[in-house]
Amino acid sequence: MAVQAEPVLVAGLIEVCRATIAENSDHLCALDRAIGDGDHGTNMRRGCEAVSAEGENLSSLPFPDAMEKIGLTLVMNVGGAAGPLYGTLLMEIGRELRRSDEKADFSQVLKQAIDAVARRGRAHAGDKTLLDVLYPVHAALASRSPLGAIARRAERSANRTADMKAMRGRAAYLGDRSIGHVDPGASSCALLTTAICRYLGEHRPQ
Amino acid sequence: MNGKTANVGIVIVSHSPLVARGIADMVRQMVGDSVPLAWSGGNAHGELGTDAGGILKAIEAAWSDAGVAVFVDLGGAETNSEMAIEMLGLPRATLVSICNAPLVEGAVIAAAEASGGASLAKVVATAEELSP
Repeated sequence: MAVQAEPVLVAGLIEVCRATIAENSDHLCALDRAIGDGDHGTNMRRGCEAVSAEGENLSSLPFPDAMEKIGLTLVMNVGGAAGPLYGTLLMEIGRELRRSDEKADFSQVLKQAIDAVARRGRAHAGDKTLLDVLYPVHAALASRSPLGAIARRAERSANRTADMKAMRGRAAYLGDRSIGHVDPGASSCALLTTAICRYLGEHRPQ
Repeated sequence: MNGKTANVGIVIVSHSPLVARGIADMVRQMVGDSVPLAWSGGNAHGELGTDAGGILKAIEAAWSDAGVAVFVDLGGAETNSEMAIEMLGLPRATLVSICNAPLVEGAVIAAAEASGGASLAKVVATAEELSP
């Protein structure tokens, strides 16, 4: 999947991500109240609004620069651990795209960025975090699954975190009591993946 | 901070502005003006949370060429502090350490150690001895 630097695409993606988080903000807070401190929806919403406020400026940048700037904006505005984690993901996507040549596969770029998120959070697959969505999304992308299948894989993967015991983040303090609840970070990650896949399916020439 | 001291600086990071400010106040009363000291608490809107930009400013404010020891409370404080240290850039980033120590006791004992002119490694090691 090659990535085109289309300003309209960047602006559109920012808007669908903002809208998805705004619509699901209460739900994400409810998930976070069960096993965290209840502010994941509010935090993500604030971050997405800050990105959206910069939308015009961001969409005029080259794609790698836009990714890096969006990442930094999330770091500075989310106000929880999700800021550095999502921020690292986007900043690393930007840096990797700049480092790699034009023929590089986006799934390779994404893999590098996901590994950077894992290092930042010192987390692994199965720890009940957003990584439990990011790794399956990467696997689906690497096997060239269609966009709809990638989105469904993300949703299923987020739901699967309910069976896991949290090893990182605030939920880890709960130990076994974290089992039975979907991880809020995994959930926001699946929502964003679904929104992005839907938008690309509708707007990106195949 | 005055920047004239050669002593290691101390930064307090908490999800709560009240906690961060309270501990900084306690450290200041206990060790006086001999260590550069700054705090960052809450998110950018003053609500519970941590803010990489605010932590970066606190590190700058407590800057010492001898290094800065950072004390954090819960998970996000550590992740955001790591982000702030990265944003500080090299070579200064190598002179900042996040201590694995209890926030209050760690900050007080680290500041006492720093006020005697100890190195960053010694300040961090002394604070980390408090960890279980």
